Amino acid sequence: MPAIAFTLNGKRQSVDVPPQMPLLWVLRDTLGLTGTKFGCGQQLCGACTVHVNGVATRSCGAPISTIAGKTVTTIEGLSPDITHPVQRAWIDSDVPQCGYCQSGQIMSAAALLTKKANPTDADIDQAMRGNLCRCGTYSALREAIHKAARYASAKTEAGGGE
Amino acid sequence: MNRRDFLKTTAIAGGGLLIGLELPARAAAGESGKLNAYVHVGADDRVTFYITKAEMGQGTVTSLSMLLAEELECDWKKIRTEFPGVDPIAYGMQGVFGSMSVRTLWEPLRKAGATACEMLVQAAAQKWGVAKADCRAENSSVVNLRTKERLSYGSLADAASKLPVPRNVALKDPTQFKLVGKSSKRLDTPDKVSGKTIFSTDIRIPGMLYASLVRCPVFGGKVSSFDATKAKSFPGVKQVVQVSNGVAVLADNTWSAMEGRKALVVQWNEGALANTSSATIRKTFADMAEKPGAVARKEGDVMAALASSAPKIEAVYEAPYLSHAPMEPLNAVARVLADGCEVWAGTQIQSAARDTAAKIAGLPPEKVQIHTTYLGGGFGRRGGPDFIGEAVEISKAAGVPVKLQWTREDDIQHDLYRPASYTKFTSTIDANGLPGVWNARVVCPSFAGLRNGVDRTGVEGIAEIRYAIPNILVEYHPPEAGIPTSYWRSVGYSHNTFFTESFMDELAVAAKTDPVEFRRKLLGKAPRMLGVLELAAEKSGWTKPLPAGRHRGIAVVDNLGSFNAQVAEVSVVKGKLRVHRVTCAVDCGYVVNPNIVVQQIESGIVYGLSALLRGEITIDRGRVQQTNFNNYEPLRIDEMPAIEVHIVPSTNPPGGVGEASTPTIAPAVTNAIFRATGKRIRRLPLKDADYTV
Repeated sequence: MPAIAFTLNGKRQSVDVPPQMPLLWVLRDTLGLTGTKFGCGQQLCGACTVHVNGVATRSCGAPISTIAGKTVTTIEGLSPDITHPVQRAWIDSDVPQCGYCQSGQIMSAAALLTKKANPTDADIDQAMRGNLCRCGTYSALREAIHKAARYASAKTEAGGGE
Repeated sequence: MNRRDFLKTTAIAGGGLLIGLELPARAAAGESGKLNAYVHVGADDRVTFYITKAEMGQGTVTSLSMLLAEELECDWKKIRTEFPGVDPIAYGMQGVFGSMSVRTLWEPLRKAGATACEMLVQAAAQKWGVAKADCRAENSSVVNLRTKERLSYGSLADAASKLPVPRNVALKDPTQFKLVGKSSKRLDTPDKVSGKTIFSTDIRIPGMLYASLVRCPVFGGKVSSFDATKAKSFPGVKQVVQVSNGVAVLADNTWSAMEGRKALVVQWNEGALANTSSATIRKTFADMAEKPGAVARKEGDVMAALASSAPKIEAVYEAPYLSHAPMEPLNAVARVLADGCEVWAGTQIQSAARDTAAKIAGLPPEKVQIHTTYLGGGFGRRGGPDFIGEAVEISKAAGVPVKLQWTREDDIQHDLYRPASYTKFTSTIDANGLPGVWNARVVCPSFAGLRNGVDRTGVEGIAEIRYAIPNILVEYHPPEAGIPTSYWRSVGYSHNTFFTESFMDELAVAAKTDPVEFRRKLLGKAPRMLGVLELAAEKSGWTKPLPAGRHRGIAVVDNLGSFNAQVAEVSVVKGKLRVHRVTCAVDCGYVVNPNIVVQQIESGIVYGLSALLRGEITIDRGRVQQTNFNNYEPLRIDEMPAIEVHIVPSTNPPGGVGEASTPTIAPAVTNAIFRATGKRIRRLPLKDADYTV
């Protein structure tokens, strides 16, 4: 099998695995990045959400062959020190309970904010309805997304940027 | 806690002050030397709390740490927590169930903190040669009140550990609390937003293979024969082994194990349940409900009261089997060696996990080490040690360490389900406009054992009503349906409160009385129940008019030491239901962390709402028909109502909150649907409201 190369959390990565192996299991089992979670295996729950070329993607349904040459960001690569606006807002709103779905929630929310800097509740419903949470953190995470939008815009105005 | 720290759990206890408590029973037995260790103060000033419960999202790590820290006077920010191994002598039964963590450890943990603090103060007093009264503990240090000198806890830990353990150390009066009673952020949040929290599915140990297990789709069925030729040829597959529950495929990654499993050809001996279906189960339940059952509660004379002239009101209520479906599919890591066994698992009951592992490994329990990870949700499912036993059996059979990973389909089709339930009510409304009779025949499978013919989990919420009704007869039947059942968040209340509070609403309608007023008249001797009823009514604006198309319903319950009432505000437009707003009043006694109470109340409402709307496990030919989140679909964010939680200030001992609010939401919503449509919902879930089997 030829090795499959892609960019993972800012670094070049090459894996020698069957081409149909889903990105989820390459991340978790081959590369040991366990922040991305398995929840359903059928793209129904969003626990495995990562960014592929900046787009929120269910890694359980993405064969590694389709990732060749692309850029993947996982929860481990979102920020080096939990300072991404979404992570800061998540901490300030104390969103997680069991926490298992939260990597996926955060990656979906971060992708939303790159498309819509100031999302409405309807935008949030649309972007987040694919991410299930059995602990029922939905109110808290909606509040946190609005908060993250404010953090991100404050940072942009201050001349920062992601 | 990162993985490296986690794996060192057992090695950290050397040195410093390891403080514990004598369990009352052990002190009585004269074994005063053995301590129950909760707190460790390292020479490096680091304070470690040993949390004997498990964290499944309910905030127990934070709440319990607050209790310890309050009395220990330590720097809240420097605490670390660990889950200790199973030690029945030190800790008794280890597990988290029944919303009991804060309730049962409210005193012991404060005593552990206060005792440790007292020893550190005494060590400082000795070092300075001053009286204890001249010293004060604050912020992880002891201060000499005369000289203003300070000694850090770390510098005192070794000396303190050599002192005798003082007895009966005074606890703070709650009015002196600095930490407890105020909202604190959860300790586990930073790791949960950075992907660092270690669940058992994230554990990797040297030489480990990944396993996927195919089980008979029919409950109780066994492997007849199998052909593993194709499975073994799948890339990455290393071994195929038969175990008592089925055939396991072991591979060098999870995906290969799951794909290899799909390539297995297994012939099953399906066993006795192969012709069971939801329809046959329902008929069994309905037939039983026509016959007298074991008496769960009897007061007054129901037969005489029913023979009176008051018109009878009858109704049958039904609830389905339910899966727990925590977000983390079940899994466990096991390493079985000739002389010992280690298990890494997100288990709610470590003691049961150890006993199960020992039995299957064929080792004495002392040779089994349980490493408790964080749990990706529990809701009662992770109390069952079945998945741990499977992992141990596969490791033993294969001779390698394994991680057994269930698929979501495994999770939904091989759960230990919330039992289905069928209840027939009869009542009357007397001349005074109040119910004269509370007569219920409950048919609900038993899983917690029968006493005098009654499994209390089957009748709780019907037999133990707080309403003052003169004639009560509640009877119970435990049908043998063959479907595995167990605890599900709020247990019997999860269906019985829907039955009770819906039927109470029917009685209020029959009495032509407002549902709040009707309940108020019956709760005169239940002040905390009445308190939450009135608070929920007030905060929801119960007596105020609603916008056109909006309707309200109310329900109230007491369970697990807490009381809550909920008012749901709904609309039904062209058959489409929307739950707009839920107002919940809760009296859970003394509140350790209001932030976590609010989280848990919201969480319980969402869990109950998911079940109400779509939650249903159905059986065909002995098999579960649901497979994944497409046909067992929990609530999604766009269906989320606005939830307001109002906490009743209280000095009563803490009650449970993890399960408090789950039972109340279904009847609050369906009572509102009745106001909106005139249609009484007597069978769940709502998606099936129109069908008959």
